[in-house]
Amino acid sequence: MASVLSASNVTKQFGGLTAVNTLNLEVAENSISSVIGPNGAGKTTFFNCVTGFYTPEHGEIKYKNNRIDGLRPDQVTQMGISRTYQNIRLFSNLTALENIMVGYEPHLKTGWLDAVLRTKRYHDDEKAAHDEAIKLLRFVGLAGSGDLIARNLPYGAQRRLEIARALASKPGLLLLDEPTAGMNPNETGEMMHFIRDLRDSLGITILLIEHDMRLVMGISEQITVLDFGEKIAEGGPKEIQSNPRVIEAYLGRGAATEGMATASENKSR
Amino acid sequence: MSTQNRFDWLKAIQLGAIAGITGILIALVGMLQQFDSRDIIAGSLSMGWTMLFLTVIVASYFSAARQPSKLLGIAGSFLTGLVFALIMSLLTYAVDAFDLRQTLVNASPALVKILTFEDGVPAGLVELVVTVTLAGVFGGVVYILPQRIRKAVSLGLTVMVFLGLMQQIIQVTLSNFPQVNSAVAWMFGRGIEKGLSFNGAIVVFLVVTLSNFLWESNSSKVNSQIQKMPETRQRSLRILGYGLLLLLVLYLPVLLGLYLTEVVNVTGLFILMGLGLNIVVGFAGLLDLGYVAFYAIGAYTVGVLTSLSGQLSTAFEWNFWWALPVCIFICVMAGVALGIPVLNIRGDYLAIVTLGFGEIIRILALSDFLKPHIGGSQGIVTIPPPEFLGVLLNKPQTLYYLIVAGCILALFISQRLRDSRLGRSWKAMREDEDVAQAMGINLVATKLLAFATGAAFSGLSGTILAIKLGTIYPHSFSLLISINVLALIIVGGMGSIPGVFVGGLLLAGLPELLREFSEYRLLIYGALLVVMMQVRPEGFWPEETHKREFHEDLIEPTPQQEAV
Repeated sequence: MASVLSASNVTKQFGGLTAVNTLNLEVAENSISSVIGPNGAGKTTFFNCVTGFYTPEHGEIKYKNNRIDGLRPDQVTQMGISRTYQNIRLFSNLTALENIMVGYEPHLKTGWLDAVLRTKRYHDDEKAAHDEAIKLLRFVGLAGSGDLIARNLPYGAQRRLEIARALASKPGLLLLDEPTAGMNPNETGEMMHFIRDLRDSLGITILLIEHDMRLVMGISEQITVLDFGEKIAEGGPKEIQSNPRVIEAYLGRGAATEGMATASENKSR
Repeated sequence: MSTQNRFDWLKAIQLGAIAGITGILIALVGMLQQFDSRDIIAGSLSMGWTMLFLTVIVASYFSAARQPSKLLGIAGSFLTGLVFALIMSLLTYAVDAFDLRQTLVNASPALVKILTFEDGVPAGLVELVVTVTLAGVFGGVVYILPQRIRKAVSLGLTVMVFLGLMQQIIQVTLSNFPQVNSAVAWMFGRGIEKGLSFNGAIVVFLVVTLSNFLWESNSSKVNSQIQKMPETRQRSLRILGYGLLLLLVLYLPVLLGLYLTEVVNVTGLFILMGLGLNIVVGFAGLLDLGYVAFYAIGAYTVGVLTSLSGQLSTAFEWNFWWALPVCIFICVMAGVALGIPVLNIRGDYLAIVTLGFGEIIRILALSDFLKPHIGGSQGIVTIPPPEFLGVLLNKPQTLYYLIVAGCILALFISQRLRDSRLGRSWKAMREDEDVAQAMGINLVATKLLAFATGAAFSGLSGTILAIKLGTIYPHSFSLLISINVLALIIVGGMGSIPGVFVGGLLLAGLPELLREFSEYRLLIYGALLVVMMQVRPEGFWPEETHKREFHEDLIEPTPQQEAV
């Protein structure tokens, strides 16, 4: 299968610290892939490089064969990549509906004058954004909460709203940064189904960072393991679980394979 | 007094002490004495005492709110009032017994006279304590009233005080209408600064309180009646409402007379600026402290282009209507020019940079370097008033229409921008700039549009100022104007368009009406802002959230409907 996202030799440094070191990574189209690794391994930094918040010092990142490293975040989003955040970052004083409508931004063309004169373009844009937002509210199970201020929504709903906002730009690739952080096992299970459903019904490629091993092993087709900014392993869930370097990175030398999944599950609670 | 152990002594005393300190401050900065010269109700209640009463009533209202039950609430308000009364009588005694005038200029016998109702220390002190404590209990009673009555009573009192305060202006204005002469004479006190007559005060209070109470009890019924009407009836009713409002706005200068129209004009210029700054600060969250710069640029551009004085090196002597679009264009460019260097600057740093920008413009206007072109410290004189359809816009009553037109235009544009993609982008940027960018919002374009639109409104306000005054000087564009406009937005409610109007009336209109007390203006400003931030940080008329999920029809008539 063709790869949607391909990073080659990506290096990002902060002063003397190399957060991401000559990383090579391919994300196959229509797949669910994960990036895992201990805290500080450079996972979020890599996400920030992909989405344009950071410009990597070396290497290149391509999305559907177009280079995206060095572009501004809004340009990257226009190309079809969108993301969520580890600590939820909604527009907290806007309503849920408005949050999603802001996410629809890449498809809007209303200019200053269009807005003042309420031209046909304005009406078309507003209707399209509104319809899309209503559709997504329903899709993520928030129908009826659209007029609530985002910060007043319960935690789980905020997570789902953030995903809805990311989906509003109709991305080809969705980056999820720890989508189940702070959730209990039940909610995590629901989220797992939800993510799979996203891929299956919308055909979006998904790349996620996650600490919850059950989720990662349950839905990922491809897993990349980072440690100290370097890739230490890559492959399907089975291969990763039995890879001695991964176990070492997580638990130290000599830990048993079986212990890994349970231990990190406990950690994530 | 009930003494259950749940009674919060400490809170009641604390609030009384806070009120007492406020009272001492009011007395010692001289506000009490100066405000005493004005009556709210002729012969019974002066403006100075109104302030003291207000202080104790507010304090004991909150004191009552802190107590566990209604009865204890009254007790709490009594205690608060008593503490306040004791502090005030202590002050009176101290001022009377010792000569403090060396250090405290206002601690004079006149102050004692006011505080003791002119009855001297021993007798007057008793009166003071009793009256003030009763006022405290009144605050508690207001608290335990049912909400509807409480609202009506406070509105009645507010209107009464306001009318008393404005007596002179109202009387002068109403003297244009001889038909109501006898009613006016009955309502108001005789002579200047005498406020309402006793009868008048009671009538005003009762009428306002009762009508508010009746309206509040029946408004939902009326509203549901209107809701039940067919769509076309509702629409024609709405058009009728807007029509009446428009008629009132157009007729207002005739009704108000020269002086009040002038006040409205000054307020209008501030509202116009406020609408612009509301876009920059309220919508887009870009804290701009140099906003006066665009006001100055607008005024100076129109000055240079239309002045007939011949003092400047280049005399354009254009017609105002030709100069106006050029002014707006130049202000927009100035907005962009300020915007570009500050694109990557956020929050506090942005405030400091824009502060500098405002000062640079003022100092440039003062400079000898530009003196041949814009007049330096002598400013630009002989800016001719423009003519519109044969009417010379040189009087407040005619300029009024230009200002109203400007305000309506700015209102219209801000409202439409707010409800569009651009408004959403601004608000998203205000909430979280990084995430907004990650959503595909072009920060450069979005920020520059905010700065440019804001600058255009402010510039328009400046051009009108120039033709209104006929002369412009650099010192008319001080930092204080930027601060005023910002305060106006904060008091009204950040990002709220009606809030700009409320803030404008409170912070630009009211001080204009109370010019004689202008030396206390900044003191009251500061106090108002501190209290606002503590009690109602969202402003008097906060930005409403748009309920749109189930009200698709509220967005706008769909294009198909409009095409019909």
